[in-house]
Amino acid sequence: MPGRIGVVTFPGSLDDRDARRAVRRAGGTPVALWHAEEDLHGVDAVILPGGFSYGDYLRCGAIARFAPIMRVVVDGARDGLPVLGICNGFQILCEAHLLPGALIRNVGRRFGCVDQPLIVGNAATAWTSAYTSGQRIVVPLKNGEGCYLADERVLDELEATGRVVARYAVDDEHPDPNGSARAIAGVCNPDGTVVGLMPHPEHAVEALTGPGQDGLGFFTSILGAVPGVLAGR
Amino acid sequence: MIQPYADLGLQREEYDRICALLDRQPSDAELAMYAVMWSEHCSYKSSKVHLRQFADLPRSEALLAGMGENAGVVEVGPGLAVTFKVESHNHPSYVEPYQGAATGVGGIVRDILAMGARPVAVLDSLRFGAADAPDTRRVLPGVVAGVGGYGNCLGLPNIGGEVVFDPTYAGNPLVNALCLGVLPSERLQLSSASGVGNQVLLLGSLTGRDGIGGVSVLASATFEESGGPSKRPSVQVGDPFTEKIVIECCLELFDRGLVSGIQDLGGAGLACGLSETAAKGGVGMRIDLAAVPLREASMVPLEILTSESQERMLAIVAPQDVAAALAVAERWGVLATVIGQVTETGRLVVDWRGEVVVDVPPGSLADDGPVYSRPMCRPADLDALAAAVPAGLPRPVTGEELRATLVRLVGSPNLCSRRWVTDQYDRYVLGDTVLAQPEDAGVVRLDEKTGLGVALALDGNGRYTRLDPYAGAQLALAEAYRNVAVVGARPLAVTNCLNVGSPEDPAVMWQFAEITRGLADGCRALGLPVTGGNVSFYNSTGAVPINPTPVVGVLGVMADVARRTPIGFRHPGEAVYLLGRTEEEFGGSEWAWVVHQHLGGRPPRVDFGAEQRLAGVCAQAADEGLLGAAHDLSDGGLAQALVECCLRYGVGAEVEPDLGPAADPFVALFAESAARAVVAVPPPAEERLHVLCTEQGVPALRIGRTGGDHLIVSGVCTVPLADLRAAHAGTLPALFG
Repeated sequence: MPGRIGVVTFPGSLDDRDARRAVRRAGGTPVALWHAEEDLHGVDAVILPGGFSYGDYLRCGAIARFAPIMRVVVDGARDGLPVLGICNGFQILCEAHLLPGALIRNVGRRFGCVDQPLIVGNAATAWTSAYTSGQRIVVPLKNGEGCYLADERVLDELEATGRVVARYAVDDEHPDPNGSARAIAGVCNPDGTVVGLMPHPEHAVEALTGPGQDGLGFFTSILGAVPGVLAGR
Repeated sequence: MIQPYADLGLQREEYDRICALLDRQPSDAELAMYAVMWSEHCSYKSSKVHLRQFADLPRSEALLAGMGENAGVVEVGPGLAVTFKVESHNHPSYVEPYQGAATGVGGIVRDILAMGARPVAVLDSLRFGAADAPDTRRVLPGVVAGVGGYGNCLGLPNIGGEVVFDPTYAGNPLVNALCLGVLPSERLQLSSASGVGNQVLLLGSLTGRDGIGGVSVLASATFEESGGPSKRPSVQVGDPFTEKIVIECCLELFDRGLVSGIQDLGGAGLACGLSETAAKGGVGMRIDLAAVPLREASMVPLEILTSESQERMLAIVAPQDVAAALAVAERWGVLATVIGQVTETGRLVVDWRGEVVVDVPPGSLADDGPVYSRPMCRPADLDALAAAVPAGLPRPVTGEELRATLVRLVGSPNLCSRRWVTDQYDRYVLGDTVLAQPEDAGVVRLDEKTGLGVALALDGNGRYTRLDPYAGAQLALAEAYRNVAVVGARPLAVTNCLNVGSPEDPAVMWQFAEITRGLADGCRALGLPVTGGNVSFYNSTGAVPINPTPVVGVLGVMADVARRTPIGFRHPGEAVYLLGRTEEEFGGSEWAWVVHQHLGGRPPRVDFGAEQRLAGVCAQAADEGLLGAAHDLSDGGLAQALVECCLRYGVGAEVEPDLGPAADPFVALFAESAARAVVAVPPPAEERLHVLCTEQGVPALRIGRTGGDHLIVSGVCTVPLADLRAAHAGTLPALFG
């Protein structure tokens, strides 16, 4: 039985179908999870997908963190359950205090959708082991509130402990997309099991429909990590 | 008692007709309902006699539902259908750009949903005043953010469209949105109420005071010089999150077979939804208006009936299915309320706190509105416009002049990069976008296993249509058709949004008649059905109408989207061919406008036979995988197409200045002749391309090859791609921040 990866659908989730497709393309078994159920159906890992949960009319992710499913996600994460939050999912993880910091409105104050080059900062997490540290990958980035902020002490600690999972590669052709502190695109918890990522690797899993297949590694990584994670619990 | 019919937008004769139909004075609520239902926007009273031509076109086998439904439905594979339609939201977008544009997207998406389809993509065609006009800086950012904000939040990829600037749109911006939906053929829903005793279910948002009279006060009248912002209360406010859950809820209701009829509530709100579904089903309805959940408790019946609050659907549900339908709505968090039932009386009766406030035959609202054959008169200035040919305009001659013209055009507002706009739209969500802007057409995969998909393009040209409405409409059709063909799809069906001035102006009415005649003749020539569309009249400021602007959407089908041909040169060493014939055609051209602010002469000649032959070559070449790139030629001519091919992936090209019949490099580079495309071909495939072009009778001229980091026009000029990119990319950010 290949790894069973749960993908939560909140009201307003949009990239849930794409995340399930990415799991499938990576060789895993996607399992649809419903926000109102306090049940993980025995999955090996969980993805909180992108979208606008509850419309994000309040602070992004601020309502979703109180969904019944989040109780079991938070409890599971504290026990080592791997969780990947993509975009809105990252915002939810921050609101749920599984990850430090917050995501606020882009400095340009506009929604932006670009093919974004990233530099992988930590290739030792449950979700990034298929990459090498320092590897440059291109993954779509699309958000209105993707500016990552945390206080200086937290940022220093994240950097010192290797918890910056990916940064935006900024150069002449690729301007700073959203003003994130220290160009941070993604961070993880101290164990490397919970990862929040603003860009969308699920939109880069086949050349036909994305800028390439650079995003597939996030999903193959977790499928490789799952048995080990389970054995450790 | 004297009733305020004129304030509601009704003519005296129309009011008299209502009294005659009812054999009494209408109640306040009835009068309000007739006012919105008989408005230009809802009744098509000035356009009906002309639109009949579309219904007379030969029907395609693939057409499952056509005009008269919320949107046309076309079968694209065994048991699989798509539906698509374009609609305007022009007037609200001028008054309140963000909400106007946002609810324009929301409205067309609900039309698609009402057919039983899952909405899967949007396109937007936007027109604004001069790019540097102060009001454009107010309107454009709001419109773009509104289109993006709503579509992004719904999770619909935006895959194409247009952004056009022209002073003609300064007081009347055009916001036309197209939505594409997909459905299993057997899930097709119809918007008729049937089955006496069936329940009428209102789904979605609370009903509020927003948008009251939107269709009559806003969309069916001309803006006075200072009238805009005072009409703000008539603009609706969007809530994309509610629309998203309404979509998911309705799709589940369809899949479980819980509804027997469905209609979206948009323009004219419940007045429209109730009367149209009842009239279509030939039944009556008894509605308890007090059951409608309200945003404001103090609302009175006429407000509840004509409110245009967004994100609402009306469903007809059999009594035994009501509990299950309510449970589905509950699961999605969608408010759902039974507000009445289908009756055998043949009358639409509305109760309000123990009193009957409406009792009318539903058909009198939905079908028996006035129909006008408005007076028409060819605009007096057309001959003078046609006589002002561009032949006498000074042209660039030297290499340096040609280079400077090229760079200037590439950076001009209508030809520069659209990324400032399109980067605000999510093009990736749903994971099936194969091509999106700046490609010639958007391509969406429908079936992951077989690769079956569709291509869509949305095009118009107001300047061409101003010079000759018949030809302009055909050129819009030809361009959208060509854009769909160039990516490798086979064109299948047409939708359109016809934006013009006031129908009460005989010159405008003549333009409108010519546009419909041109479009109908064009569709007949191409063998394509018109599956639906929309008319937007009253795009006038004071007495001055906009350049008439038909926007045409063409849908094509691809057996395997992996075979699509993108616009960008990707590999050096490929041969570059120009397909089609170039004539000295500059009437209405981008060059004449940018360099000389000139509009006159004749638009390019239309040749649907040549378009079909070119399309045949492109489709066959795509099937055989012959082409590295293909790009349609339109505004800005060959020069603009080559620049876009080069900049897409940063691969340059060298081309000859002597382009056969059009020996003058200026004509070769900037003429806007239709039925042309530029293609890049790997050398081993050149011979096969020649065979295809010869078979089809398409002129094919080898004009150069790809490679390097310059665009070189041999013996004329050499321009580094970096310079072209700077000119192309810099314009909109400099204007809009």
